[in-house]
Amino acid sequence: MAKHLRVFRHTPEHRKKGTMRRRLPEWFVLLLPAFIIMAAVVLIPLVFSLYSSFTPYKLTRPSTLWRWIGTSNYEKILTDVKFWSAFGRTILFLTIALNLELLFGLLIALMVNKVTLGQRTIRTILMFPMMFSPILVGFQFKFIFNDNIGLANNALQALGISDAALPWLVDGKLAMFSIIFAEVWMSTSVFAVLILAGLFAIPRDPLEAAKVDGCTAWQTFRHITLPFLMPFIFIALTIRSLDVARAYDIVQIMTGGGPAGRTELIWTLMSRTGYVDARMGLANAMGYVSILLSIAFTIYFFKKLSAARSELGFGDKI
Amino acid sequence: MTEVTLNGVVKRYGKHEAVHGVDLKIHDGEFMVLVGPSGCGKSTTLRMIAGLEDISDGEISIGSRVVNDLPPRERNISMVFQNYALYPHMTVRENLGFTLRIAKQPEAEIETAVKKAAGILGLDELMERRPSELSGGERQRVAMGRAIVRRPDVFLFDEPLSNLDAKLRTQMRVEIKKLHQRVGNTIIYVTHDQVEAMTLADRIVLMRDGHIVQVGTPLELFNNPFNTFSATFIGSPPMNLIDGVVTDADTIVLRNSLTVPIPAAACGQVVSGQLVQFGFRADNLMPVGHAVEETGKLVDLELSVSLTEPLGTETLLFADFAGQEVQAKMLNPRPVKPGETIAFHLMLDKCHVFDAANGKALRD
Ligand SMILES: Nc1ncnc2c1ncn2[C@@H]1O[C@H](COP(=O)(O)OP(=O)(O)O)[C@@H](O)[C@H]1O
Ligand SMILES: [Mg+2]
Repeated sequence: MAKHLRVFRHTPEHRKKGTMRRRLPEWFVLLLPAFIIMAAVVLIPLVFSLYSSFTPYKLTRPSTLWRWIGTSNYEKILTDVKFWSAFGRTILFLTIALNLELLFGLLIALMVNKVTLGQRTIRTILMFPMMFSPILVGFQFKFIFNDNIGLANNALQALGISDAALPWLVDGKLAMFSIIFAEVWMSTSVFAVLILAGLFAIPRDPLEAAKVDGCTAWQTFRHITLPFLMPFIFIALTIRSLDVARAYDIVQIMTGGGPAGRTELIWTLMSRTGYVDARMGLANAMGYVSILLSIAFTIYFFKKLSAARSELGFGDKI
Repeated sequence: MTEVTLNGVVKRYGKHEAVHGVDLKIHDGEFMVLVGPSGCGKSTTLRMIAGLEDISDGEISIGSRVVNDLPPRERNISMVFQNYALYPHMTVRENLGFTLRIAKQPEAEIETAVKKAAGILGLDELMERRPSELSGGERQRVAMGRAIVRRPDVFLFDEPLSNLDAKLRTQMRVEIKKLHQRVGNTIIYVTHDQVEAMTLADRIVLMRDGHIVQVGTPLELFNNPFNTFSATFIGSPPMNLIDGVVTDADTIVLRNSLTVPIPAAACGQVVSGQLVQFGFRADNLMPVGHAVEETGKLVDLELSVSLTEPLGTETLLFADFAGQEVQAKMLNPRPVKPGETIAFHLMLDKCHVFDAANGKALRD
């Protein structure tokens, strides 16, 4: 309180005479608590992890934190086949999962939008997969895709489609499929819900004008509905790309990155390097390289989002 | 030849019936205006013609085709919406050409058609703009341009001017009338504004509560209202209506025992003792010496004026007539003080008598 009073007494008259000591500007004083919290929560860990990525820091030998080795960790990563295949696999995983989720989400949203009776209930049910912890989803699908007792094989055999037990989580390609399946099951509703919100926001008039102008249902969707949905789709893509780029829990539970690293993604590799091999310095360096991926996706989708919005006349900036 | 025929058309929303069995025949090239208070079912009727609402009962045909089961795109109509309904993500040029592009017309043909429509509506300068960069009047013109480009059999307008300010509305009204004279298509136009209806229409359909009250030319509706609703809805100011009782001696006794003779046209339709409403327009009650032309039988009255509304070429006078406030018109106005008593002439042949029980006009 006293401090504030002094700040207020800081009139131009005093300043002219130069008799008062210089004080911190008011806005700075007011923002200081926020700055301090931000620093403690965000900045310090960030700087610390960035620093440690330039050391051979091993969790088991704390003293290694003080040895500066320059960009050696980064150089190691640049030539590390394991890292780059995990990196590539993450992009592949992200691309396939997002496209499938977008497609299914769009279809589900369009269908739900047509329903008039019990739409609220359906909308609520739609959100169920999002309510489960990803760990539980991982366990659930680990069971479903178990080659001996899993539901998937049981169903295939009961239907007579295949009599051999498919090695869902053991074969590299099938394991990747299974993980993507689980991911899509869990998160399609994010797209569905956001796109449904978009569908609700579309004004009725342009849709009717299009009908009168000669559009078939498909043409109306293609030329009117879809452009209106694009901002919502890009928001969903931005959120989900950040989410999928750090995919960890489902993969860790279902395959642990195996078999033989065939489902290793950036984050499973990173956590293995950091906590199992205890090479935290190297893991942090990996983290900083992979952040580039997330930043790239975010920038890309935000550009698209802005473009889609200004296209609809919502202004060019967000 | 594009006639539009409605045969017993009904619209139900669940249990609620919004339009009750409308019969209507709109001739080729006719400018037909549906007018009525808000909520009376004008838009619903128009949207059934457009195919945007299902028809619950009855039959609509456009030209020789029954269109009940045709989607809007196969009805060959254009519609101009109240909120313009432009495509926000397309430029004016794309908005105009959209319908032809959907119809897979050759690019050169689209360009010619778009250019022509833009010329008619003065849109040449705006072609590369988005709807969000246009004013209300400009958007309205684009919406009309889009309708023209389609070269439809029938134009449908749903309150196209109600979002514009008064001045622009008057301007656009003229543009729409010119457009009709130019293209000559059948137009069905919905409005709640009787001035728009009067000025634009070849014929007016007056609606109330999902029913048609009266169909006719603007002057027919103005001069021969079917009932008190027509009489008060069409024309400004609304017709004066005064309660009265018919007597044996061919007179109507109003309140305050004032009597007026029964207008000739109504004589055969009334019976002694009948409760009626006596109606006349402000134009037919004029101060002596301030009327243009006095025709037929005149009734002399002395009325006290309570309020005046000078409009320039005329002044509206609010006067006390048999205990009710009526409006009169004074041409070549002179200043009138409130409370002043003035001599009036009422043109009896232009007066109306309505049955007080059901509001219907009593006329031979
Ligand atoms: N989609 C709808 N669902 C239920 N009732 C409706 C719907 N649209 C219109 N109505 C009702 O139908 C009646 C006529 O509406 P409308 O045709 O829009 O009137 P207006 O003459 O003002 O254009 C109104 O009573 C309105 O409440
Ligand atoms: Mg309406």
